[in-house]
Amino acid sequence: MQNAEVRMQKAYVVSGFSRTVAIAVVVSAFCILHSELRPVVYAQHETAFDVEEGGRAFRNTCANCHGPDGNEIAGIDLGRGQFRRPMTDADLIAIIRKGIPNTPMPATNMTEEQAARIVAYLRSTAASKRTASVSGDAVRGKSLYEGKGNCTSCHRVNGVGSRLGPDLSRIGQLRRAGELETSLVDPGAEVQPTNRFYRVVTKSGATITGRLLNHDTFTVQMMDSKEELRTFRKDDLKEHGFAPTPMPSYKSTFSQQELADVVSYLVSLKGTTRS
Amino acid sequence: MRTTPGGSKRTRPTLIAVGFLAIGVSLAAQGGVTFDRILHADKEPQNWLSYSGTPLNQRYSGLAQITPANVKNLQLQWIWQARSLEKFETTALAVNGVLYTVQAPNDVVALDAETGRPYWTFAYSPAADARTCCGRVNRGLAILGDTLYMGTIDAHLLAIDAKSGELLWNTTVAKSSERYSITMSPLIVKDKVIIGTAGGDGPIRGQIAAFDAKTGKELWRFFTIPGTGEPGNETWSGNSWMTGGAGVWNAGAYDPETNLTFFGTGNPAPDWDGRGRVGDNLYSDSVVAIDADTGKLKWHYQFTPHDELDYDSTQVPVLADIQFRGRPRKAMLWANRNGLMYVLDRTTGEFLLGRPYVKVNWMDGFDAKGRPQRVEGKVPTKEGTLIQPHVHGATNWAPPSFSPRTGWFYVAHWENSATVVTEGLSPRPAGANPRQTTMGQVNLQTFFNNEDEAYGVVRAYDPQTLERKWEYRMSDITWGGVLTTASDLVFSGGKEGYFFALDAKSGSLLWKAALGGQVNSGPMSYSVNGRQYVTVAAGSSLFAFALPGETR
Repeated sequence: MQNAEVRMQKAYVVSGFSRTVAIAVVVSAFCILHSELRPVVYAQHETAFDVEEGGRAFRNTCANCHGPDGNEIAGIDLGRGQFRRPMTDADLIAIIRKGIPNTPMPATNMTEEQAARIVAYLRSTAASKRTASVSGDAVRGKSLYEGKGNCTSCHRVNGVGSRLGPDLSRIGQLRRAGELETSLVDPGAEVQPTNRFYRVVTKSGATITGRLLNHDTFTVQMMDSKEELRTFRKDDLKEHGFAPTPMPSYKSTFSQQELADVVSYLVSLKGTTRS
Repeated sequence: MRTTPGGSKRTRPTLIAVGFLAIGVSLAAQGGVTFDRILHADKEPQNWLSYSGTPLNQRYSGLAQITPANVKNLQLQWIWQARSLEKFETTALAVNGVLYTVQAPNDVVALDAETGRPYWTFAYSPAADARTCCGRVNRGLAILGDTLYMGTIDAHLLAIDAKSGELLWNTTVAKSSERYSITMSPLIVKDKVIIGTAGGDGPIRGQIAAFDAKTGKELWRFFTIPGTGEPGNETWSGNSWMTGGAGVWNAGAYDPETNLTFFGTGNPAPDWDGRGRVGDNLYSDSVVAIDADTGKLKWHYQFTPHDELDYDSTQVPVLADIQFRGRPRKAMLWANRNGLMYVLDRTTGEFLLGRPYVKVNWMDGFDAKGRPQRVEGKVPTKEGTLIQPHVHGATNWAPPSFSPRTGWFYVAHWENSATVVTEGLSPRPAGANPRQTTMGQVNLQTFFNNEDEAYGVVRAYDPQTLERKWEYRMSDITWGGVLTTASDLVFSGGKEGYFFALDAKSGSLLWKAALGGQVNSGPMSYSVNGRQYVTVAAGSSLFAFALPGETR
């Protein structure tokens, strides 16, 4: 690990030259303050990208056993920083990469950087909102999802429903109950960057809305409301920009119990992967 | 659930508070790629719907905007760089302005075909025990409806939503822990996805399996090595059949008239030592014709019985209806790694014609049924035997092309290659230069071959005689494929990193571009908004060329 730590720090120093002075100063200060507490804190200069990538890797690799909240193995609550013994970031990175011999915790082929991002994600969740206390019925929730909620008009589960909104087939692995409840009652509060809505008006007067998939100085990539992948050149557009989420609030549509039921159903969606 | 295919029925519209969106429940059925469209993809040349264009694998584009007269004006339109240090062997699919390709080993990427900008990436992490012989590569995807299919290097078959990039199902085809892998593009036949398993340089038993395209449920499985009691099992001594290789790692073909699928099979294992597997070793180094519905073998033809020279027959089967000796024939054209070129009757498997197309010294003729006659002593020996062509072949896996306009078969391969095979050892290069026929790599490398050592060619052959019509010669060898077009252009490339256009009738060089990385893929063509593009992968990037258009 020592070599690895040195390498990481070197990497930082090198890239630090190319970053803004402000960031370098902040991070350096952070290093000094924390150097006594944690020998090397990989996550100290993580970006939002690192946390997001770490979260994705956590959900793909770790959540199958540890659960989306990281608390499905006795004595371990990854999301709250609770382990069976005290862990530095370096310890966690080593475990993610090498596993724990004679236990079900396997080694992975992740690089240090990838493992460090998972740690960054776990550290970030320790401070974030906790799981809501929900006592719902997933079967009733499914009926509400398909019926009263009309969720299939925008969302897809296991190949059924619209692709325009986020696919929910694995949402129970990706999001915690509390986050899902927030999305239902206050959908605009937190929209994942990959789910933002966009609206373009062409010079010929056509208005197209849809999910933004990508954009750059010259072009916009969207999935339009007919679920087609479309690219527009900004030169061809009269207007283009972000649009509010089309997701309605279910605050007054669903009772508390119904909300809990729908959340239960969503939490139960763990994907169709099999082997 | 309550979806209405093709419509946007909304049972409780008032619940949707936002009015400006007309969100439809899946309209997928309208735009999906039906099997009928795949079969008749020649009728929509703007798209490229399977690995070599259609299930006949002719790799011929009906587009003709780029011509021998204007090809010199081709301009680079965009580059898409993969986040990979692996060879880029994938041929992209083009569907209504969207390209689908693979970032090695197994990330699927959807790109806008006009700009190369990504719509989405589906990331896949193969199991840590995945092993491949020759690179963690993937040669391509298949599409049916709105679903993409990909085999993975840990021998899974995945179904991925082509619109959203979401995983739909993931089926294990074989165990990666037992050294199986998948690098080929799947073959779609009706409602099935058919795929084979690589790994035949190790102790596997090759397989081809069909899966329900909707569910991933296995429908049939064909073993390329017959089991105990099955015909052909007697061509393996002892238990050698159980681990005899015969992997399947390149695209298959399909003939709707006979409902037969065709796959080339790989070398018997161990590759260079046949002493423990006495016999012909069926169905290694063969083409197998398998009924698409049942998975039953209809016929086979073995190119290299009892191979000890690693002559995989995993070239892409090319199906063509040709005039042959005065009558129409449903033919299969095959330029094999063993240095021989073949015309087979694809309905019966009958051997119609075969001859060497490069220097070959291990055989000197065929018997009446098309079995090659061995030259005595041209096998691995203690002192080492010089064999032509090289174990990497006269050609290897790169997809060739057939132009229905010229009626010729276009193959990129190499000439003057040779190897020395020694009992119990890996083959070594003939002569002093160990780099005569090196494997494809990502980046450009320095090159030293002299005139007598292997060199690359693109040649046109007349299927009537298998005689060469013309040759375009490169200095280095090539692992690139060939595309022909309706304007009589031939596109190809090689290890030198040039992508070039030749005149299909004369072989003259008409245009070239230096791409800065080795070409390890077959080119393809598509069009969007009336503009024809030609793509090829080189290095770790995908390049798209077109004639100059309006300035944007």
